[in-house]
This record gives sequence, structure tokens and C-alpha cells, in this order.
Amino acid sequence: MGSSELKRSKDSVESARWSSFPDEVLERVLSLLKSHRDRSSVSLVCKDWYNAERWSRTHVFIGNCYSVSPEIVARRFPRIRSVTLKGKPRFSDFNLVPENWGADIHAWLVVFAAKYPFLEELRLKRMAISDESLEFLAISFPNFKALSLLSCDGFSTNGLAAIATHCKNLTELDIQENGIDDKGGSWLSCFPESFTSLEVLNFANLTSDINFDALEKLVGRCKSMRVLKLNRSVSLEQLQRLLVSAPQLAELGTGSFSQELTIREYEELESTLSICKNMHTLSGLWDAKGIYLPALYPACSHLTFLNLSYAALQSVELAKLLAHCPRLKRLWVLDTVEDKGLEAVGLNCPLLEELRVFPADPFDDEIVHGVTEAGFVAVSFGCPRLHYVLYFCRQMTNAAVATIVQNCPDFTHFRLCIMNPGQPDYLTNEPMDEAFGAVVKTCTKLQRLSVSGLLTDLTFEYIGRYAKNLETLSVAFAGRSDWGMQCVLGGCPKLRKLEIRDCPFGNAALLSGLEKYESMRSLWMSACNVTMNGCRLLAREMPRLNVEVMKEDGSDESQADKVYVYRSIAGPRRDAPPSVLTL
Amino acid sequence: MEKSYDDTNTEKSGLRLKDTELRLGLPGSESPEREEHDQNVLSLKSFVSGAKRGFSDALDGGGKWVFSGGSGGGSEGLFSPRRGGNNNGGNDLSGSDSGLGGPVLKDGVAPKPLVVQEKKSQVAAGNGNTAPASKAQVVGWPPIRSFRKNTMASHPPKNDNDDDNAEAKFGSGCLYVKVSMDGAPYLRKVDLKIYGGYKELSSALEKMFSCFTIGQCGSHGVSSRDVLSESRLIDLLHGSEYVLTYEDKDGDWMLVGDVPWEMFTNCCKRLRIMKSTEAIGLAPRAMEKCKTRT
Repeated sequence: MGSSELKRSKDSVESARWSSFPDEVLERVLSLLKSHRDRSSVSLVCKDWYNAERWSRTHVFIGNCYSVSPEIVARRFPRIRSVTLKGKPRFSDFNLVPENWGADIHAWLVVFAAKYPFLEELRLKRMAISDESLEFLAISFPNFKALSLLSCDGFSTNGLAAIATHCKNLTELDIQENGIDDKGGSWLSCFPESFTSLEVLNFANLTSDINFDALEKLVGRCKSMRVLKLNRSVSLEQLQRLLVSAPQLAELGTGSFSQELTIREYEELESTLSICKNMHTLSGLWDAKGIYLPALYPACSHLTFLNLSYAALQSVELAKLLAHCPRLKRLWVLDTVEDKGLEAVGLNCPLLEELRVFPADPFDDEIVHGVTEAGFVAVSFGCPRLHYVLYFCRQMTNAAVATIVQNCPDFTHFRLCIMNPGQPDYLTNEPMDEAFGAVVKTCTKLQRLSVSGLLTDLTFEYIGRYAKNLETLSVAFAGRSDWGMQCVLGGCPKLRKLEIRDCPFGNAALLSGLEKYESMRSLWMSACNVTMNGCRLLAREMPRLNVEVMKEDGSDESQADKVYVYRSIAGPRRDAPPSVLTL
Repeated sequence: MEKSYDDTNTEKSGLRLKDTELRLGLPGSESPEREEHDQNVLSLKSFVSGAKRGFSDALDGGGKWVFSGGSGGGSEGLFSPRRGGNNNGGNDLSGSDSGLGGPVLKDGVAPKPLVVQEKKSQVAAGNGNTAPASKAQVVGWPPIRSFRKNTMASHPPKNDNDDDNAEAKFGSGCLYVKVSMDGAPYLRKVDLKIYGGYKELSSALEKMFSCFTIGQCGSHGVSSRDVLSESRLIDLLHGSEYVLTYEDKDGDWMLVGDVPWEMFTNCCKRLRIMKSTEAIGLAPRAMEKCKTRT
């Protein structure tokens, strides 16, 4: 037989083998696949695999709630028990998206109630959710177990009360940094006496006082509790009492860490903390007083994540604390620790992988404190495994960033925020192009990049040319011309999310990405030079994209103030408010 | 690089004198591009980077303030001498006059940087004059979630140096005023009470901002009083000149040295070492004020 005939006969044998592969076995194997990207790949292999995959999938992740409709999801995946949904564009966190923009969960819940009555988990990010929706959720799904809300808004503590009252099997209630209307702490008392299943309770970002008695009893009877994050109203003394009944906690968020304690109370706290040997995550520490921090030392030996981003520690206090945290992998701090504090990080935390430095006083640029490039460099020398950084500072140099990435070439997430827009290298007065050039050239695994400072188009040339794994790019007050954005859209093969504000990119740049946008999740451009005509052209050329424009009051007719472009198989949305124009 | 920006801007200043009057080049503004760019919107883009400072004077008493096509003309009301105390954050590009004046829109199409007052006191628009007790900020910048912003605002972290936010404090034997210098990333503070006169003050400032040196040249007007007519900090590195100015009780910016030392220490609220190109408009007013006072 000739070689081509040989190949053909082999193929037919192969396909015969595939088609006789039992579905049950295939499904069983595929059910072990957790990553939604792997599952997407699997579903593309052939029709059988597509079907096997959709029947075996139990968790669906939807990165843009408008990219698909709940009906389409329910039709494809009949057996979902866990849903993760993300709604508004990320810049809504910074008040750049108008109120009532959308991303309301309710329509989804209605479909889920009909199609997924056994839904167990719902994780929402930047969605609008009302108290009515929360109540609907609580009564529609008898097996509901886990609710996680991050950066959501539209609800109040009344909605939480409904969840606490009706969800008999709840294991997780995780309320993080939301626009919640805090009407009081009585919701916590709504958990019935018979309720014992809670494993995760996070109400750290609520402000009202809760009934401590109810909390103490709740923690006492939920023996499987492993995550407890308290809010500021819980005192040190109360914390100690809670820990006595929950020494098994793996993640603890303290309440206020500044009550006046007697020596005896302090010692009690210290000894209670010392039996929390499972603790790997510590946060809270609101208003932390330096003198009480040593009580934490015994609990820190296995700590891998320390979140001090609401505790305004000074450098010496941080240094002393870190000396007890040799296993630390993730650290979040306020810039009150200054460069000296970051030097201590470099000295004490060789296993560090993630560092986030938040500004304590972001709107006062007369500040003489905060962190500089020196602190970041110091960390890079001591922590070669660093791969995730979020750094807010008021000065930076190209040379420092070059040193940093030389020390830590494995960055996957590099988010640098030089807080004064358009600020150059403060020593050389040059743009910060070379800094980000160094980042993209050296860090080949880079997935996420946020740039800042004075940047010309050169930065974007570098990004387009070198950032081959980049998925998310955030740009503000940067660039000189359309060319910059064109470089990014022309390079960066894996780009999924591009968000731009206050840059001189116009229609030519916008339209250069025509084909690209269908391979991306979304594009955001605000306060750039894009016009309505440019947007209309984009919408006309690319019918599978939704092009939405948000106009500012009193702005020029022809200017497209804010543009949000995203791919969708659900067509243009019908719930947009009047301020959002769908083209 | 610095030189070229300066050169270009000086040229522009030469061409449009009106625009050099108390005009600002905002940080990040790149003047060569401005003229070349098709839509003049780029000029506004670069203004945004200085939004904190420049726009504040044009604020209309709160809420959002948005550029619209028509409002660009007549720049006097929109820009006034740069507010004192606000740092450039080390950006010398801002020092020279842009020559573009205010947000004058040539082609009518302008981007709209949103500026929101976040502090309590407001500044009337078109004031032309300064004494801004508040700062304008760009919406959504720096990128911090509302929850964190609100938390830090309502419970400010306790610092040992709590007097950072205080202005000149009297009594208790010391008189601290903040000193800012264009191009320097940090503010400093000096106690005016410890100096005997202008010469001591200027040498102290020289030491403080030690990469610059002071030379004294010429005298402004003849006066029998103790006047430091012009103190100049000559920046050897950058080749530009600085003058020492101060904000008085009325919120006006004056050249240091016009009034007797004791009067100066009584009415000085803060000091600013600014580029002399910025200070062009100051001298006449200072002299006027002096006249009305004496």
C-alpha cells in the first residue's frame, strides 16, 4: 500500500475506535476536568466530546454576563451546580461606569430556578443584586450552599438576613468589598439555632455592630468552620472568646485590634492564638496597635497569607511581625510601612510570591511618606519567587524596574501605579517606557500588566512585540498617538481584556483591532479620542460585537466618551439604561 | 530630553505672550505633539495628567466639571497660577509654559476628563486667583475601590507625624510652613521663627534642596528695609531658574523679599520654589500690594 492509503486506513480504524468509546466512560473521565479552559478545548474536539463535556460539567464560569444569555447556558449545560458570573467592566470599581448600567442577576436567577433547582453555589463579581433577588435565591434553591459577592451593589443587610433565614444547608457566606447598604447587624441573628453547617463566614467589610452573643453561639455550633472574617465592631476581647470555640480556623480576619487590654487579657489572647495551629491566612487587624501585635506571633508560624491592608503599621512593627512569618507567600500592606518595612519583607520572607502595597492616603499628594522605588527593589532582592505585584507609589525610575525584573523574572502579574498621572522617571526625567520595556522583555510569563507614569508609544511597541502571553492590559494617561494602541492590538496574541482611560487613542486605533475583538472578552476606552462615527463603523463591521457608548452630560455630540466593546452570542442587550447607547 | 521640552516651550512662549501669563504647562504635556496631532484633543489629554492642579481653579463649586466644546475659549478663567504646595511629583515638564494656554479647543472636539472635588472647600470658577484650599482630582484615580477609599477616609491611619496636614502653626514658639519645590518629589517644612532674616532662610532652603544652588543677582527695587529682592535658585542641572514665592494670608502668591522679614513671617502660610517663567505675573501684583500696604 502507498503511504497515503496506509494513513487512510489507519484513520478509519482510529475513528471506529473513537465512535465505540462508551459515553459513560468519557463522561466519567471528563468529569475530572476542572479547568474551564480545558473543558472548552475538549468541547471543540468533536460532537461526541462536546456532548460528553456538556453533560459532565457542574461548574460554569461566565466572565462577562452579557456575552451569553441564561437560556443559552441552561440549554447547553443541563447539570450545573455552581455558577461564577462577572458583570460590569472593571473600571466600575472606580466610579467610571454609570449607575444602573446593568449586570442585574435577577434574570439569571429566574432561569436557574427553573433549570437548576439544585444549584449550590453562586459567585458574583461586579453584578447588581437586589434584596428581592437575594430572597428569591434563598427560597428557590433548597440545596443552596455557597454565596460569594465581590464588588457587587444594590443590596442591603436585609438580603443577607433572607439568606441566613432560609438557606438551611449554607456552608459559605462571603461578603467582600461590596456597595452594600448596611442597615444593621441583626441579619446575623437570623441563622436558626438548628443551623450548624457554616464553614466560611466573611462579613469583614460590613460596618454595623452585630449581636455578639448570636455570633458566639453560631461559631460555637458550626464545628466545621474554617474561615471566619470579622468586622471592625468585634473587639479583641470578643475575638479571644470566639477563638476559644474555633481553634481549628484556617483563615482568620480579626476585628478591631486596638482595645485597651489588661495584662491578663493580653496573655489570654496570646495563648488562645497560639493554639490556632491551622491558621494559614490572617487579615483584619483594623487599627492595629503595635503593642498587641506580638500576641499574634505564635499563630504566625504557618502563615502563608497576611493581609495588613487595613492595618496602618509602621515599618518597625511590620519588621517584628514578619520575623515570625517565614513561610509567607502572599503579603498585602499599606504604604505606611514605607521602604524600611519593605526591606524587612525582603529579609524575612524568601518564599514570597505576591506583594500588594496600597496607599494609605491616595488623595494627598503632599505626603512625605509612602513607598518609593527603593522598597520595591529591596523586596525583589530578597524574594526571587515574586510573581504577583500591585504597587502604589509616588515615584519610580526605569533603572529600578529593570533591576526588579532582573531579580524576579517570573512575574505573571505586574501592576504598577505611579499615582501622579503622567509622571516621568523622577531621576532622569525621561518617560517610563524602558521600565515597562524591561518588564515585557524579561517576564515572558506575564499575563497581566498595568502601566502608569509618563509613557510614549514606545511602551506599547514593546508590549506588542514582547508580551506574548499577556491577557489583561490596563492603561491610563499614557501614549502619544494611535500607533501605541495599534501596536498592542497588532501584537499580544493572547490579549483578552484591554482597558484604557484618558489616552490619545482615536478611531484609527479603535478600528485597527476589528478582527482582534472577537478573540477578546472586552475592550474599554474612556476619555480617549474615539468618536461616535468610529464606534458606529465598528458596530457595522463587526455584528457579533456589542458596541456600547456611554455619554457624559453636556459632552460633545460626536464624542464617544466611554466605549465598551465585547463579544457576545446573545446579541445586543435589552436592559441598557438610557445613558448607554447600543450601536 | 528636558532641554528640548524647555526649548520648544520657550519658543511657544515667545510667540504667544498672552498665554505665558500665569499659564501652566501641565505635567505630562508634550508640546511637540500637540501641534502635530490632528485633533487638538491630545492637548487636553495631556492636560488631564495635571488635572489635579490646573482644573481645580475652574471648578464651579462642586460636583463634576466637564469640558465642553464651547467653554474652551478665554483661558483666563480656567487657569491661574499653579496652586502652591501641590507637588509636581518630580515632573519638570510641567514647569514651562505650554503655550497652549487653557483648554482652548481648536477643532471643537475635546475629550472630557472628569474632575470631581473630593475635599470639602470649593473654589469659585473664574476666580483667576488662587488660595485653593481644596484639590481637584480625577475621577477614579488612583484606581482604588470605593470601599477602601471610604474606609481610609473615615478612619485615617494614625501617623506619628500628625501635623503633616496642618498649615502654619502659630504660638508654641515655632512657625512651621511647608516648602515645596517644583520638580522635587517631597515637601519639606521649615520653622520660620528660627531664622533671623531672608538670607538665613534662603541658605537653609539651599541646604534642604541641596541639588540646587542659590545665587543672588540684581536687586528689584531699592528699599531701605531688609529686602531680599530676588533670590534665585539656579538649577545647574536643568539650567532653569527658580524664584522663591510664598502664599500670604489672603491666599495670594508673592515673591519672597518684598516685605520686611517680620511682616513676612506673620503673613506667610507656605513657601514655594517655583520656576521663574511661572512667576512672571507675580511681580507686578506683589509690588501693587506692597504699595497698598505701605
